[in-house]
Amino acid sequence: MPETVSLERLAWLRRRKRTKALVCGTRVLLLALFFILWEAAARLGWIDPFIVSCPSRVWRTLCNLWDTGELWLHLGTSCLETVVGFLLGTVAGALIAVALWLSPTLFRILDPYLVVLNSLPKTALRPVFIVWIRAGPASIIAMTLAISLIVTILEVHNGFRTTDDGKLRLLRSLGANKWQILFKLVLPANFTTLINALKVNVGLSWVGVIMGEFLVSRAGLGYLIVYGSQVFKMDLVMATVLLLALAAAGMYQGILLLEKVLKKHLGVST
Amino acid sequence: MTVQFDQIQKTFQSPDGELLALKDVSFSVEEGAFVSIVGPSGCGKSTLLNILAGLETPSGGRVLLDGVPVTGATDRIGYMPQKDQLFPWRTIWGNVTLGLEIQKRKNSGDLCRIHCLLERYGLSEFQKSLPAQLSGGMRQRCALIRTLATDPGLLLLDEPFSALDYQTRLTVSDDIHTIIRQEGKTAILVTHDISEAISMSDRVVVLSARPGTVKAVHPLDELHGLTPMARRDHPRFHRYFNEIWKELELGA
Repeated sequence: MPETVSLERLAWLRRRKRTKALVCGTRVLLLALFFILWEAAARLGWIDPFIVSCPSRVWRTLCNLWDTGELWLHLGTSCLETVVGFLLGTVAGALIAVALWLSPTLFRILDPYLVVLNSLPKTALRPVFIVWIRAGPASIIAMTLAISLIVTILEVHNGFRTTDDGKLRLLRSLGANKWQILFKLVLPANFTTLINALKVNVGLSWVGVIMGEFLVSRAGLGYLIVYGSQVFKMDLVMATVLLLALAAAGMYQGILLLEKVLKKHLGVST
Repeated sequence: MTVQFDQIQKTFQSPDGELLALKDVSFSVEEGAFVSIVGPSGCGKSTLLNILAGLETPSGGRVLLDGVPVTGATDRIGYMPQKDQLFPWRTIWGNVTLGLEIQKRKNSGDLCRIHCLLERYGLSEFQKSLPAQLSGGMRQRCALIRTLATDPGLLLLDEPFSALDYQTRLTVSDDIHTIIRQEGKTAILVTHDISEAISMSDRVVVLSARPGTVKAVHPLDELHGLTPMARRDHPRFHRYFNEIWKELELGA
């Protein structure tokens, strides 16, 4: 790199920095404004805090949950269910996708069933899981699996199938077997597909967990939301939704971090 | 390595019916020769290469390599595809050693040869680079070294320059011609570019439109020993070009 930086570049760097500051600043401001407006509307009597709650009451509720230790119980339960469901759904989905890629005939046989299962609203299965597995974390995890598994299989398999034909032929001309093609070409070429499946599955797993907890559960964020609405404690509902947003965002950031680390480690550039 | 196509026939089956792609294709390539196959698009040029590489089985006839029939993919053939097909997530070194890795023979002798090839063709300082950091011409040279890495007796070049711009194409085909000559390999080039075929090879085989069959063979006697660049300037070049051009036109 040359030591002399041109004036034009300096100006460009300064402009870039300013734009970045503007974007970040406005983001924070928007959030702050939202909370301030919410609080003010409640205090000035424009809205009924009993129904829509307000930030100060939400904060008090959160502190309460913290003091009684319930915060960690519910947050921990939901996070654990989500992570387990997410890992199972992604790993099982990817493995099944590999199996279907290895045997195109198997895929042709199962294709219509996958399509039907994919379009079926999974909520319908929830009572079935409760009867079969009984209420509790296991049936909640089954629910998350039902939601994320089929989509993962279809997405990942589709990625596998669209692997560059020219590269496939090259490997085959070198005498590669199916496993070599899988590990040396198909998996690395589908890095982005796999990461995207992870990203989508984080969201889907949360949907599954909350849906599961809504129906029957003794702990978890979904339980808190339902409980709060039944006893009309809207503060509790709002506080839990806030927690849920933070937890989901946290996990998504985790995936982004994983993507970065893997990219660096594997030297993937595309 | 010598190659003999013996009455190759290939039909493709589809729900709509049968398609005769190749019919009675017979010609041979002697040790160390560079032969080009030209023909109108869809005449089955690539199919012929696939059959030769053991990636497809012919419906009739057979291909003999040094007198032995081809039955499947063999490590004695080096296949250079259209586009470089370098894996973007592998370094140049990772790419050129791919064949040895697949065939599980990464021994010091073979690795040493790759080092020499990279050195000789000006790529050794890019070993740790990713393909995206190289120019089109350099990537094509890498693809050739990847093909040479397994030390095949026969090279199959399937329109390897079609993705390059004209300028790069001329230099790269000159480079690759030199490399193949230096390594003393038998080579078969498939192309639809007549001037490319004339400038690079000892002999041009013209295939007819579908079903593809050998229409003419041009031994380019007067151009032997010249580089591709020199051939393009040779007075005889355009006569060859016109002859082949007419044959292709009549076939279409």
